[in-house]
Amino acid sequence: MAVLEVQGLTHLYGAKTARETAAVQDVDLRIEPGELLGVIGHTGSGKSTLIQHFNALLTPTRGQVLLDGADVNRDKQSRREARFRVGLCFQYPEYQLFEETVYKDISFGPANMQLPKDEIDRRVRTAAAFVGLDESLLEKSPFDLSGGEKRRAAIAGVMAMEPEILVLDEPTAGLDPRGRERILDMILRYRRETGSTVVLVSHSMEDIARVATRALVMNRSRAVMQGTVGEVFARGEELLQMGLDVPASTRIFLELRQRGVPVQTDVYTAAQGVDAFLRLLGKEARA
Amino acid sequence: MIRDITIGQYMPGNSFLHKMDARSKIVLTFAFILAIFFCKNFWSLGLMVLLSAVLVPVSRVPVRSVLRSLRPLIFILLFTAVLNLFYTKSGNVLWSWRFLTLTDKGLYTAVFMAVRILALVAVSTLLTFTTTPTDLTDGIERLLSPLKAVKVPVHSLAMMMTLALRFIPTLIEEIDRIMSAQKARGADLETGGFVRRAKALLPILIPLFVSSFRRAYDLAFAMECRCYRGGEGRTRMRQMRFTVRDGAACGVFALVIAGVAVLNFFFKPLI
Ligand SMILES: Nc1ncnc2c1ncn2[C@@H]1O[C@H](COP(=O)(O)OP(=O)(O)O)[C@@H](O)[C@H]1O
Ligand SMILES: [Mg+2]
Repeated sequence: MAVLEVQGLTHLYGAKTARETAAVQDVDLRIEPGELLGVIGHTGSGKSTLIQHFNALLTPTRGQVLLDGADVNRDKQSRREARFRVGLCFQYPEYQLFEETVYKDISFGPANMQLPKDEIDRRVRTAAAFVGLDESLLEKSPFDLSGGEKRRAAIAGVMAMEPEILVLDEPTAGLDPRGRERILDMILRYRRETGSTVVLVSHSMEDIARVATRALVMNRSRAVMQGTVGEVFARGEELLQMGLDVPASTRIFLELRQRGVPVQTDVYTAAQGVDAFLRLLGKEARA
Repeated sequence: MIRDITIGQYMPGNSFLHKMDARSKIVLTFAFILAIFFCKNFWSLGLMVLLSAVLVPVSRVPVRSVLRSLRPLIFILLFTAVLNLFYTKSGNVLWSWRFLTLTDKGLYTAVFMAVRILALVAVSTLLTFTTTPTDLTDGIERLLSPLKAVKVPVHSLAMMMTLALRFIPTLIEEIDRIMSAQKARGADLETGGFVRRAKALLPILIPLFVSSFRRAYDLAFAMECRCYRGGEGRTRMRQMRFTVRDGAACGVFALVIAGVAVLNFFFKPLI
């Protein structure tokens, strides 16, 4: 059974005013336990609006969000519960840091959950380890950290709530390639070791191709594609038509196909590309 | 949501009032406010009310919007009206009960004051409806520039005002974002007593201050990179010009003032 289900979700900003904009329209989505769902789309396609419904920060204009089959917007209690079960880390989360020390900042979420002190301590240290923050940094002021460290400290603040579903909004935005690798590795390891469900919002196809198991493509406030990463990238031409990027390996195979070479196009990582080439060469050698 | 608040109420348009120079609009608005305090009876006040009533269609601002901007005044109006009604002891007694007496003079004064406040606010509102905040601050800067002679930093003050206005929407967006981010970490902003709520504001205020300082620093840096050194010798992209339109407006206004003086003179003063 899906752990989180979105049914016919529509969200209008400034409803019934002159500035009414439909940020999300008629989105249906099922998130299965343990999967890593990548959400792709242009800036303004409604990704951030969509995910803010998962923990009931936003209320749907139409449709509903079910967590384990129950509407998250039933009442105040269910909304609060959703905040803790679905951990949402906003874009540029480093701007939410506020405490005197990194340790205190990471413990803000767990403390709001009213956990016992030693449990909070355990969670803070585990989360800091996941994001690769050294113990010595925990007593520093968050404002003295480097940009990448701040970002990781903020992500740890959400991980420390040990949510069933971790939702990250463009966690790699504005980082250099090294910083990006680091965050992606960290997400993969977190998922492997905790078995949590993860939703990763990104506009980088390479990121999604590298880590996601399933992908949702948003375009102009609608969910236009949904499926395994292979299925989505197999429709690379449509993605390109929407003005979205596809991973470099997918592009090579699309180009080959266009030039009449009989290849499959559900290739999206370099390793798969190599395999596909070898198979192709093998076939030609035999022929 | 907090973003739905609108600051400044400029309504884009192309009317006579929109096209007037901001400086003449500011001066005339002040002159209007002064003049309305010189009205001594219902006749001269009536003329001023007529002028404001004509200005609304001239500005092409919907009457509904003007009325809506007057709505917050209801309380003040009622309060002053009640005070005027019962504190005016002179005149013919119309009705009395224990310590309360109502005289005809009290009644007139109450109505007179209420009409005065309404006209005054309606006209000032038209100024903000038809002038962009930028033009408004620009206009104020020009009008106050003689004060530079006595070392008042007029340009800096105006620049500060412009920047403040410019950053209000940005700040509102920022507050919105930080609030959501902390709510996602389970921050509870709605329950608890005063102390708890005040404490709950810290996770929002601190990041807000930090980012405001960063923004201010970045902005100052960007301005310096473009050689901004204050008002000395600066030219402007958009020049302000008095036109025939402003002359005509001043002329009409001068006529109305003359009318007020005449009516004040020929009719019995009420107050
Ligand atoms: N708080 C808001 N108020 C009004 N409009 C908004 C707000 N947040 C987002 N929008 C609008 O909704 C649309 C979707 O935005 P968003 O969900 O942030 O997209 P994405 O995260 O994919 O960039 C955009 O057109 C954006 O301008
Ligand atoms: Mg976004």
